[in-house]
Amino acid sequence: MTHKPYTPWLFLLPGLVVSLGFVIFPFLNMIVLSFTDASALGGGQFTGVDNFVRMAQDPKFWVAARNSLLYMVCVVPPLVLLPLLIAMLAQKIVPGIGIFRTAFFTPVIASAVVVGLIWTWLLDSRGLVNSVVEALGGARIPFLTDSTLLLVSSMIVTIWRGLGYYMVIYLSALANVPKDLLEAAMVDGAGPVRRFWSVTVPSLRPTMVLIAALSAVNGFRVFSEIYLLSGGSGGPGGASTTLVMLIQSVGRGLTGEVGYASALSLVLFVILLGLLLITLKLNRREDQL
Amino acid sequence: MKRAHVYLALRYLGLLSILAISIGPFLWQFMTSIKGPNEDVFVPDFIPDDPTFSNYAAVADVVPVWSFALNSLGVASVNVITNCLGAAMAGYALARLKFKGRRFAAVIFASSILVPFEAILISLFLVMRGLNLTNTLTGVVLPGSIAALNVLLLRNAFLALPAEVEEAAVIDGANAWQRFSRLGLPSVKGTLVVVALFSFMFSWDDFLWPLVVLSDQEKYTLTIGLAYLQGTFVQNQRLVAAGTIIAVLPLILLFLLLQKHFFRGVGEGAIKG
Repeated sequence: MTHKPYTPWLFLLPGLVVSLGFVIFPFLNMIVLSFTDASALGGGQFTGVDNFVRMAQDPKFWVAARNSLLYMVCVVPPLVLLPLLIAMLAQKIVPGIGIFRTAFFTPVIASAVVVGLIWTWLLDSRGLVNSVVEALGGARIPFLTDSTLLLVSSMIVTIWRGLGYYMVIYLSALANVPKDLLEAAMVDGAGPVRRFWSVTVPSLRPTMVLIAALSAVNGFRVFSEIYLLSGGSGGPGGASTTLVMLIQSVGRGLTGEVGYASALSLVLFVILLGLLLITLKLNRREDQL
Repeated sequence: MKRAHVYLALRYLGLLSILAISIGPFLWQFMTSIKGPNEDVFVPDFIPDDPTFSNYAAVADVVPVWSFALNSLGVASVNVITNCLGAAMAGYALARLKFKGRRFAAVIFASSILVPFEAILISLFLVMRGLNLTNTLTGVVLPGSIAALNVLLLRNAFLALPAEVEEAAVIDGANAWQRFSRLGLPSVKGTLVVVALFSFMFSWDDFLWPLVVLSDQEKYTLTIGLAYLQGTFVQNQRLVAAGTIIAVLPLILLFLLLQKHFFRGVGEGAIKG
């Protein structure tokens, strides 16, 4: 024996305490609470599926769920495609490429809050973007005061912030695209576009599935961008609220409806888990091909 | 030959436009932050007529931005230490020690990764209230103090070490802790740097959790302090801009110094799927 029987548990203790106490326990508790009418002050009676019935009739829930879903659907295609194009641009080692790659990654390290504030200023009714629009002869666009445009603006911020992150993932995948296949295609007279679609894209497909999954999950969980661009309000009349914003506003504070917020959380979890399972399934089919 | 030149020129053109899109917004924010009180910030003038750093002092007069920064720095530093040490210990046990229940422990960490933070937000707040830790910086740090993802990253790093070295140490009579601290830790330095950087960044950038758990302004971290600043003093964009630059500059410097590790971290973090 190289160690005493309890030694491994001493090593594991801090990590297990954090995972069990601050992830697993709250998770199980969330499931239990979602079937009660618990309030912020504690207590709560078992109410069966009342919270879920209420949810089905709650227009706020449907607005938030629709927005989160819309958000996810709209940010995934640009986040799968644009970083790939940027990675192809940044892949070749040319003088100064390090500076370019570093600069492209900078938005990733800035917090959602910093990014949100920067874009709130850029998209302000009198901000830089609208000044340019006006100079070009257009009318000012209400990026932050119209509920639909607010969502679109927030999506643009999310996409802008994701470009560098996914570019780095693509860069490492591009390095693994088989060179001999590319050369063979070249010998066969395939042009750059043809080589891209017939060789590069097929060998990148697992990476593309991964990025689609990551950006879908992150898109559905969106909170900070929309919170900051709307100044915490969720847009005019709360019409741009997302699911996480709704959970936060329902469950928070002294008037928090913990039971209902937990039910909303459970729905969020089930949807995210569903997304994950779909990805796994797609990846498995990938392996069989 | 000529054609190659055209391609190269096009490539640089593409690279330069992405460059403008990536860092242009930061530069614009910086330029706004150094515009003087007499300059109209709404005029799209890129270079300030009369650059001044007085906004950086002025922002501290309306909100205690330096104490927000200190709170953020404290939270992020503690987060780095707890994550590096706690995750390395757990990762070491999972990878290098044989014992009953190892699979069980691994499953706990793996399932923790699958739980999205947003889904346990409210319930986690109740836990913190039960522990009397709401509205404290300890409450901000605790939930992320040993991230399960880091445990698994370090477990993988320890698994990659050859067994022979440790066998020799066992024969020499080194106990588990000695093998961990003298042989294990130094050989996973690369992964530890990645864990440290990303722990710092996540903690420094975190918004949702501090927003929920903190209520007194004096406890605010930079991110919620800035959101508060924007909500209250939005009429003076120079101050908000100065605040954002204060929040982002340390990370940009850290990134410029250690960018190799950031890129590596993205590669390893992406595995979490």
